[in-house]
Amino acid sequence: MTKDKNNGEPALTNAADGEGFVVFDRVQKSYDGETLVVKDLNLSIGKGEFLTMLGPSGSGKTTCLMMLAGFETATNGEIRLDGRNINMVPPHKRGIGMVFQNYALFPHMTVGENLAFPLEVRGMGKDERETKVKRALDMVQMGTFINRRPAQLSGGQQQRIALARALVFDPELVLMDEPLGALDKQLREHMQFEIKHLHESLGITVVYVTHDQGEALTMSDRVAVFNDGRIQQLAPPDELYERPQNSFVAQFIGENNKLPGKVETLDGDGCTVRLSTGELIDATAVNIREAGQDTLVSIRPERVEFKPEMMPSGAHTINAEVLEVIYMGDILRTRMRVAGSDDFVMKSRNTLDQVRLKEGDTVKIGWHPQDARALDPM
Amino acid sequence: MSDATMEPTELRTADGLPLKKALAKSQARAKRRAFLLVAPLFLFVLITFVVPIGQMLLQSVYNDSFSKNAPALGQWFSEHPLGTPIDESAYAALAADLKEMKANRTQGEAGTRINYDVAGTRSLFTSTARKADKLEPPYKEAILDINEGWSDPNLWRAMRSASHPYTIDFYLAALDMTRDKDDNIVSVDETRSIYGTLFMRTAILSLVITVLCMILAFPIAHLLASLPLAKSNLLMIFVLLPFWTSLLVRTTSWMVLLQQQGVLNDIMVWLGIVSDNGRLEMMYNKTGTIVAMTHILLPFMVLPLYSVMRTIPVSYVRAARSLGATSWTAFRRIYLPQTLPGIGAGALLVFILSVGYYITPALVGGADGQLISNMIAFHMQKSLNWSLAAALASLLLGGVIILYWLYDRLVGIDNMKLG
Repeated sequence: MTKDKNNGEPALTNAADGEGFVVFDRVQKSYDGETLVVKDLNLSIGKGEFLTMLGPSGSGKTTCLMMLAGFETATNGEIRLDGRNINMVPPHKRGIGMVFQNYALFPHMTVGENLAFPLEVRGMGKDERETKVKRALDMVQMGTFINRRPAQLSGGQQQRIALARALVFDPELVLMDEPLGALDKQLREHMQFEIKHLHESLGITVVYVTHDQGEALTMSDRVAVFNDGRIQQLAPPDELYERPQNSFVAQFIGENNKLPGKVETLDGDGCTVRLSTGELIDATAVNIREAGQDTLVSIRPERVEFKPEMMPSGAHTINAEVLEVIYMGDILRTRMRVAGSDDFVMKSRNTLDQVRLKEGDTVKIGWHPQDARALDPM
Repeated sequence: MSDATMEPTELRTADGLPLKKALAKSQARAKRRAFLLVAPLFLFVLITFVVPIGQMLLQSVYNDSFSKNAPALGQWFSEHPLGTPIDESAYAALAADLKEMKANRTQGEAGTRINYDVAGTRSLFTSTARKADKLEPPYKEAILDINEGWSDPNLWRAMRSASHPYTIDFYLAALDMTRDKDDNIVSVDETRSIYGTLFMRTAILSLVITVLCMILAFPIAHLLASLPLAKSNLLMIFVLLPFWTSLLVRTTSWMVLLQQQGVLNDIMVWLGIVSDNGRLEMMYNKTGTIVAMTHILLPFMVLPLYSVMRTIPVSYVRAARSLGATSWTAFRRIYLPQTLPGIGAGALLVFILSVGYYITPALVGGADGQLISNMIAFHMQKSLNWSLAAALASLLLGGVIILYWLYDRLVGIDNMKLG
């Protein structure tokens, strides 16, 4: 990765001036005229970017992808590709490569015919076709499978062919609709790497739809978290994970401890929160407007500390009773009772000098105020 | 399998029992249950399907109504090969058989059998048998005295071939062929050949009906397959509605619509498309048969097509479109080839059903729109020549089996989806 993910400002976006390669401009979509599936979507995707649309099913992410591909029409708003409004352009004239969830390889054609299809309909000559098909197959290391039928291939092989077919006609934009959903875990991880690698070596723009947050975090330049027809947060993976903007994103991405309470004092970014059981904790105010407001404090399990020397001085601590310690190899997962809730989790690295807690131990836990984010109550 | 001659390499269970034997034993119960479950169906199929069809096949080559009533002639024919002059001994055998027939009142049965071959000979038997008791030697003179017709060499050729219960004559007749007096197989003259034309007409009409069904069913099935399930189920009821109405009601309603004073003609006259004396004849001819049968057989095309189309995910056409194909190209190159198993199944089904269709052509076909099955029914019910009916039906069955075989070779039966 050459792009700097840590400066907070996505390197490739220019969402502000609307000059992105792909632009959704105030797009709305309704299927029945009564409810909006996509509510006021504004999104700008830079050229060469790998953008993932992440969200639970029914959040509108696939609809957005289908609108971009041309299989659904936007009810309102404008979709622009390379500065051109494509609302009225039929799918076959958009020149967008697409990888479908179940690959959609044509079962009555061989792998070679499948790959030649987009070139054939573009009226390309036979020799050129063969060269391109061969190049695309080699790209996914499937050169020897040219005469097989899709049914004779394994899931992972079909996936590669689908990828090669979407790339064979050199599209600048490739859409992927949960392309790895049907593969087993190991293959999926391998394919994630390959897709990412292809993206980097070809310099194409990829819009990737998934409900798998791990996939989104590992592959993307930026992730758009969808829920309820809106983008909840659009950010690079690290920012999304470490600095979620609202409770939905905090819950959806990774594991999270939630502590409900009321904001007691608010001082710029910092705040203190009085939990419903009476304890006082430090937190960073994210979308808090005023003291006295209800809030949900979210803390990542791996940022919870129980050794006094690891906590910043002056940090508030809170009592915790160890309920269960699960040995997971690389980490120790400790479930504890904190502020009346039984499912507060702490993850600590399994190092040589790690203190092993036991069931029934009572410890004081704390965290850096930056890691506790006071968000909107859900 | 015997234990004594077991190979030393044979696998055994832990108890030392041969593995195959142990397997058979452990599965015996399940097999018995399975057999008992299918036994009623098996018996049903045997009694209602295999036996009658076997009977029909047998009937087409076996007819003993002459041979069993004319044993003396049978004896004479077996002793004297073809070409022997018909002499006194032959007439003596004929006289003996005629007397016997009179006593048993079987002259009509025997005469009918010969009549199939040589028209007008049944009365020869009945009239001569009536006077059989008075026959005295020399029989040749006596019999020819009663009726000159007995000297016809063709009649003797027919009796010779009928003296054997097994014959292929009915197949010859069904193929518009006959034997001349020297027992050579020849075609009947043009004016009397009917079955060939009928077979041809049946095939052509069935083909037309199949193609029409295909053209009509494809969009319907596609619509059904692409609609959400709730809506498509409702529409499916309309497709299946004809199944729930009596065949006769459906056919007669077409008569109401299509006849010369019918609804369709009335509308066209009213609209001025045709003049009142120029009303179209859409009934009692081929048109009537085609229209009514297409309607009746349409569901048989829709259902297999629908079941195939349901399984084709929309993503195939979408993939084709995203790869740059116009909607027509996507349809032709991607969608259509995938519906072929359904088209094949539907076409085979409709074609096979229509070559054997009887009631609709009988009601709306007139003289021009009759199919081979109507002729089979005629021979079953009117002329009572069951053997010829069986021969015609067997030819039809054979034709269908050949088609089925061709289909299997070209498309593959395992590709067929009926629903």
